[in-house]
Amino acid sequence: MRATTAKDVDQVALAVSPAAVPVAMPADWRDFFALTKPKVMRLVVYTALCGLLAAPGNIHPVLGFTAILCIALAAGGAGALNMWWEADIDAKMKRTSARPLPQGKLRREDARDFGLAMSGFSVMVMGLAIHWLAAAFLAFSVFFYVVIYTMWLKPRTPQNIVIGGAAGAFPPLIGWIAVTGEVTWMPVLLFAIIFMWTPPHFWALALWVKPDYAAANIPMMPNAAGEVSTRRQSLVYSALLLPLSVTPWLIGETGAIYGISALILSGIFLALTVPIGLRRSVEGDGMKPEKKLFAYSILYLFVLFGALVLDRVLAQWGVIA
Amino acid sequence: MTPEEEKEFLRRRKSRNAVFGLVLLAMVVLFYAITIVRIGQQ
Repeated sequence: MRATTAKDVDQVALAVSPAAVPVAMPADWRDFFALTKPKVMRLVVYTALCGLLAAPGNIHPVLGFTAILCIALAAGGAGALNMWWEADIDAKMKRTSARPLPQGKLRREDARDFGLAMSGFSVMVMGLAIHWLAAAFLAFSVFFYVVIYTMWLKPRTPQNIVIGGAAGAFPPLIGWIAVTGEVTWMPVLLFAIIFMWTPPHFWALALWVKPDYAAANIPMMPNAAGEVSTRRQSLVYSALLLPLSVTPWLIGETGAIYGISALILSGIFLALTVPIGLRRSVEGDGMKPEKKLFAYSILYLFVLFGALVLDRVLAQWGVIA
Repeated sequence: MTPEEEKEFLRRRKSRNAVFGLVLLAMVVLFYAITIVRIGQQ
């Protein structure tokens, strides 16, 4: 056995000295904020607000603000729970590797507790201050996104985003129920429009980040069923979105402002999906049509729901029939 | 903990506490407003 030297003693001392022990820094508040997926939340808040403004009847501005805040908090909580569950997967994907958990900025259980607290708090406030039916739908939307989509469907089936897309379709429905306290055909149609919009929107992204999903072993449609099948299915969903988006006008629930806007916007959506549905990508082609559709699909939802609110508000003010 | 790490530790804790305090304050104001509105509606 080698004799212990003064150098060995120094190294041991260095190894146990406080300066050498890794310091567990408290997470910055921005890391918690990043857990809420702020970019996704923008669309959630906007569609919920449009559902609330387009609904017949009135809601006090304070209660309307509270309803939207609850929907935003629930969406943020669901986003945090999604990141908690998928921290290992996020670390493998370029698009998500900069999130707080893969970067080690937060403890995983802190993200879980934060998500549970936000979701639970938002449902309670929605129930106590607004309406228990709206609270029930809010609770179900969080459950659907976290348990049905994130934990169950996403790692198992390429239909994950088709069925899971329902989670993102709830906000306008909940916004509507917050005002009316009941479920009618119109909010169900708004739900159906976002449901039908989700697959071509998400698959446009999935087509160009296909290697990422393959690395994370997630069976997204392009990886599981192939590019050709994904492209054709995107085309089918876009074709179905066109008549569905104008249905509120055809059944007399909205006026021409919404109807004509829906026809034009969905027509452009379909026109952008046709080349995607018919083409096959080649190495290094930049996936420009897919990126264009993805960007347009976000604009589509913003303008479509904006037209809906404009139409309904002008009708309520008696400006249009 | 080095002085730099301690400084960063305290900065993060302080900013988190400040944000937490602001959120709590906003909640108090919101709950007060909700209560007034709900009472007014009865």
